[in-house]
This record gives sequence, C-alpha cells and structure tokens, in this order.
Amino acid sequence: MRLTDAIKAGAIALGFLAGVTADALAEEPGLDEPFQKGFKEALAGKAVAFVPVAMNIDLTEGWFAGLKKELEPLGMKFELRDPNWNTNAGAQAVTSLISEKPAVIVAHNPDVQTYAKLFQRAEKEGIFIIQVNMGSAYRSAGLVGANWISVGEQETEAVVKACQGKSNKIAIVQGALSAAASAYQLRGVYNVLAKHPEIKVVSSQAADWDAAKAKAITQTVLKQNPDLCGVIGFWDGMDIGTAAAVKEAGLTGKVFVATSGGGEQKAACDLVKSGDFDLDLSYDVPTQAKQIAALIKYLLSSGTKPGDTKGLAYSTLVHVTKDNADKACWKLSDLKQ
Amino acid sequence: MKRMKLTQQEIVLAVFTALFLAFALFLPGFFTAANMLSLLQNVAVLGILGLAMAIVVLGRGIDISLIAALAVPPGLLLQMVQDGHSLFASVATALLLSLAFGIVNGWLIAYAEVPSLFATLATGLFLAGVGQASLFSIDVVQWSKGMEGFQNLGQGSILGVPTPIIMFAISCAAVAFFLRRTRWGAYIYAIGDNPNAARVTGIPTRPIVVLQYVLASLIGCFAGFVMAASINSMPTRIFNSTLIYDVILVVVLGGIGLSGGRGGVVNVIIGTFLIGTLLNGMTIMDVPYAGQNLIKGVVLLLAVITDSFLNPRNEETAQQGDI
Repeated sequence: MRLTDAIKAGAIALGFLAGVTADALAEEPGLDEPFQKGFKEALAGKAVAFVPVAMNIDLTEGWFAGLKKELEPLGMKFELRDPNWNTNAGAQAVTSLISEKPAVIVAHNPDVQTYAKLFQRAEKEGIFIIQVNMGSAYRSAGLVGANWISVGEQETEAVVKACQGKSNKIAIVQGALSAAASAYQLRGVYNVLAKHPEIKVVSSQAADWDAAKAKAITQTVLKQNPDLCGVIGFWDGMDIGTAAAVKEAGLTGKVFVATSGGGEQKAACDLVKSGDFDLDLSYDVPTQAKQIAALIKYLLSSGTKPGDTKGLAYSTLVHVTKDNADKACWKLSDLKQ
Repeated sequence: MKRMKLTQQEIVLAVFTALFLAFALFLPGFFTAANMLSLLQNVAVLGILGLAMAIVVLGRGIDISLIAALAVPPGLLLQMVQDGHSLFASVATALLLSLAFGIVNGWLIAYAEVPSLFATLATGLFLAGVGQASLFSIDVVQWSKGMEGFQNLGQGSILGVPTPIIMFAISCAAVAFFLRRTRWGAYIYAIGDNPNAARVTGIPTRPIVVLQYVLASLIGCFAGFVMAASINSMPTRIFNSTLIYDVILVVVLGGIGLSGGRGGVVNVIIGTFLIGTLLNGMTIMDVPYAGQNLIKGVVLLLAVITDSFLNPRNEETAQQGDI
C-alpha cells in the first residue's frame, strides 16, 4: 500500500467516524443496548401467579416477598392464590389459572401427583410452570428447590459423625408420610445409613410436621434410650418440639439434633444459637426467590415456548451451625420492606 | 330380671386395664416410672381440653371451636411479646380474648338459639381466620425474649413430676370441684339431663349455658398456654389438625354421653389414659404411622361396639338431641 493510499483511507475512515458521531450526537448520547427494549416488552404487563401450599409460613412468605420485589418493578402483575393447606382448593386455583392464562405459574406442590396433570395441560396452553421446593411428578419448565435426597444425606452424615464413639443410636422424626419432601429425605437418610451398619435406628416415626407430636415422640424415645446420640428431624418448624424434648431431658449438647428449613432468623439461627439445634440445613429462601425471578426473566425473554425447555436449579444448602448462626439467616421483616 | 350391665366407663376402664397390663408384661421399658410420667405428660394437654369439652357436653352441647380457643389467644400472647409488649399485658389480652370468645359462643347458643354444633363450627373458623389474617405474621409463632418464666407452665418438673401433668391434675381438681361441689355445676347436670325441666324448676338455663362456653374457652386457652410453654412456640396451624376429634374421643370414650347429663371428670381421666397408653405403647414399639391409625381405630370400634351390645339404645334410653 502506498503512503497516499493510506492517507486517503485514513481520511475516509476519519470522515466516516465523524459522520457517525455527528449522527449519534444529533440523536442521543451514548449507545443503545440492543436487547433491553425487547426484554422490557417481553415482561411488562405479563402476569405471574403464585400458588403456595399455604401462606403464613416463613418459606412461602419469603418467596412471595422476594418475588414481588423482583417482578413488580418490571411492570409485571404478581398475584397470589392461597389454598391454605387445602389441596383441593389448590387444584382449583391452578385449574382456574389455566383459563386465565398468566405467563407463568409459580407453584409449591402439596404432593407429587395432584398438580402433575394440570401442569402438563397448563404448559400445553402456553403457561410456563416453575415449581418451588416441592416438585410434582411432572417435569416442567423449571424447578427451584432443595434436593431433598441431599438434605437427608447431609443431615445424616452430620449425625453419624457426632455419634462416633458414642452409643450409635439415632432417631428419625419424619414429616407427613404423604409428603414427597419427607419421603425423599428418608431415602437420603438410608442412603447414608447403608454405609454405616454400626448405626442403629431406634425410632423412625412421622410427626406430621407437628411440633407437639415431635416432642411427644422424642420424649418417649429418650426415656427408652437415654443414651441416644442423635436425632434427624425433617423440618425446623416441627423440630422445635424435638429440641424441647431433648432440652427437657437435660441432654442438650449430648444428643445431636439435625434439621432443615428455610433459614429464617427466628426459626433457624436463633435456635442454633441457643443450642436447641446443632445443625440446621438451610435452603435459603431469599436466594431461591431470586433464582425463581431470574428464571422467569430468562424464560419470558428467551422466546421459547412452554414445554420446549425443562431444567432444574437445586438450591445450595447452607449448613447453619454455631459458627455462622450470626449471619447465615434472613429476617422476614427485612424482606418485606 | 337382673342383667349384668356394664357402663361405657367400665368397658373403657377394662380395655385400658387390659392394654396396660399387656404392655407392662410384654413391652420392656413400658412400666417404668420415667415412662409412666412421659406417657402422662404427652396427653396432659389433650386431657385439659377433654375437661373443657366435658363441661360443655354435660350440658348437652358440643364445642367444636375449642382448638381455635387453644391456638389463637396463646398465639396472640406470643406474638404480642415478640412485638415488644410486656408479658403481663399480653397474658391479660389473651385471657380477655378467650373470655369474649366464650361469651360470643354462649350468647349464640343460649340466646340466639343456634345449635351448638353449627355455632361453634362457625365461631371457631372465624377466630382462627382472624388470627391468621391479622394477628400472626407466620403460622408458627415463635418464642421470644420477654417470655422468661412463662415456660414453667409447660416445662420442667415439680418434685419429679413434669409440670404439664401437674397442670392437668390441678385442672381436674378444679373442674371436679366446680361440677360436684357448686350449685352451678349441679345446674349444668340438670340442664344436660332435661333442659325444659331445668327451666321450669327455675334454673337460669341461659346464663348457665353461657357460663359453660366461657369456661370451655378459658380452659382451652389455659391448655394452649401449657402447650406453648411446653414446645416453646405456638403452631397455630393446629386448628387445621384432627385434634378436635381426639378431644371428642377422649370425652365420649371415657363415657360422657353426648346426650348430656352423665359422667364427670373421672371419665375424662380414663379416656385420656386410654389414648395415652395406646400412643405411648405404639411409639415404644416403633409402629409405623399407618399401623398406629389402624390400631387406634380398632380399639375404639371395639369399645363402641361392646357398648352398643351391652347397652342397646331404644326409645326408652335414647334422648332427643342424641348425636
């Protein structure tokens, strides 16, 4: 290339650049990001419906508050259908939502079967289904939640470790037998116990997510086996009763109490700090809420159709122990602000 | 002609004794002092509720709202303390709420003459709804700082006896005294036996009916205090559980007829012991949940069937208002 050509090319390039900037200056400063407008349009005015098992529990209140915070600023409509522990009412809510056609239904299943067929229909009708924490037999666009098998496994590993050199007698306090979350955890527990034949399960009973029942069962078990070295509980809201029985027997610190929950301050950290629980596996509700929101944004802006993608986002479990009980939890009152 | 006649109370007592002996003989670890205490402790709250129900059933009524009375006022107490109110003010508010609730129940039944089944079904739902909608931030109302001292109602022990048992014993003594030694108690029996005759005799039937429901509500609230203190929280969702059936079971199984006027505190105690023995024995044996319900059902059916064989109902014995 000759010098003059280079100069010519340079001049043309300069002139072109000047022209472009002049054009840009004439309109607006800065660069237009090419995707955000489409994103906004894809989301604004769309409806998201939330069908929990019931409101008024730390988990569902947390998801609701977290989602509301993320979705409403985008101009989305966020509505709640609260079946209040009534499975039939929940199925009705999902059915009526199918005809109302929101863009997304976020659902918290009472069991694995009830909503499964309805979800299939909903996705055929063009509604994305995102399931939270308790999944159904139908694999929908997304699931954000704890991996219950891991919850059971990790709790059991902790209890087995605490039992080393002790009696090796443990008790299991299950939730409700019909709940998948309880049955899956139980499988996780036995996955680990299969590797530890020295551990003896002296009691494995369902307390129906009820603290009073959990206390009654644990009390009786402790009277029969005062040398018990650990209890595996399936939900911290229920295991307050388990811990109360251990405390009343004067065995706090001697009987290792492991449980799991949403990681709310009063339900988890406060009780770990006071020594009632030795381990509370938290699936960290605010993070779950953010992940659900991210999934909604992703699905609606991607242009995919319901039924095209089916993914899972299992939550990372936070081990709440005395070491991190000061900062591992969240407060419902903060999230609601 | 004299025929051997066993009352329901005696039948249940026999079933209880048989069960108890069988467990004591064949179940290691059952008949020990420690286990006996935990057996009683586990049914103490149920027993206290049974007393409340007994007062109402003796007067030919029924109180389905008892679980709401158990859950909501004590839940309010815990919530108020959590929100920074003093323990004293919170206890007073809870008791006032119970009192008001009992008066509403009693008024509806005695003066508005709504059948007790429907009146208390509705008021129970209402109270539980108010609690959920506006009183509690979450279902399980947690213990908080400022509750110190209150846990003594349901935790720990006095002279080796766990406190809930003592609370049950005190309640039994108080209710027995009320029913057998006071005029009002006698009036309740009279109303239960024959309300019209009671009114004709000059007994102030309506105020007495109100009194029954007020007492039931207050005893229910007390049971809730003991329960909350015992598990360091108040799971207000208990309203949705089947606890109310267990309470009715304790009362009816113990031998207090739903037609009113028959039975007393002893019946509640027997009914409570039977349920307690069953539950405790099955927990020790680690019977799976489904099996537990099956066994519970079979024992109850046996008791009820034996009763209807030995004391058949006919036009003479049936009363109006039988359920």
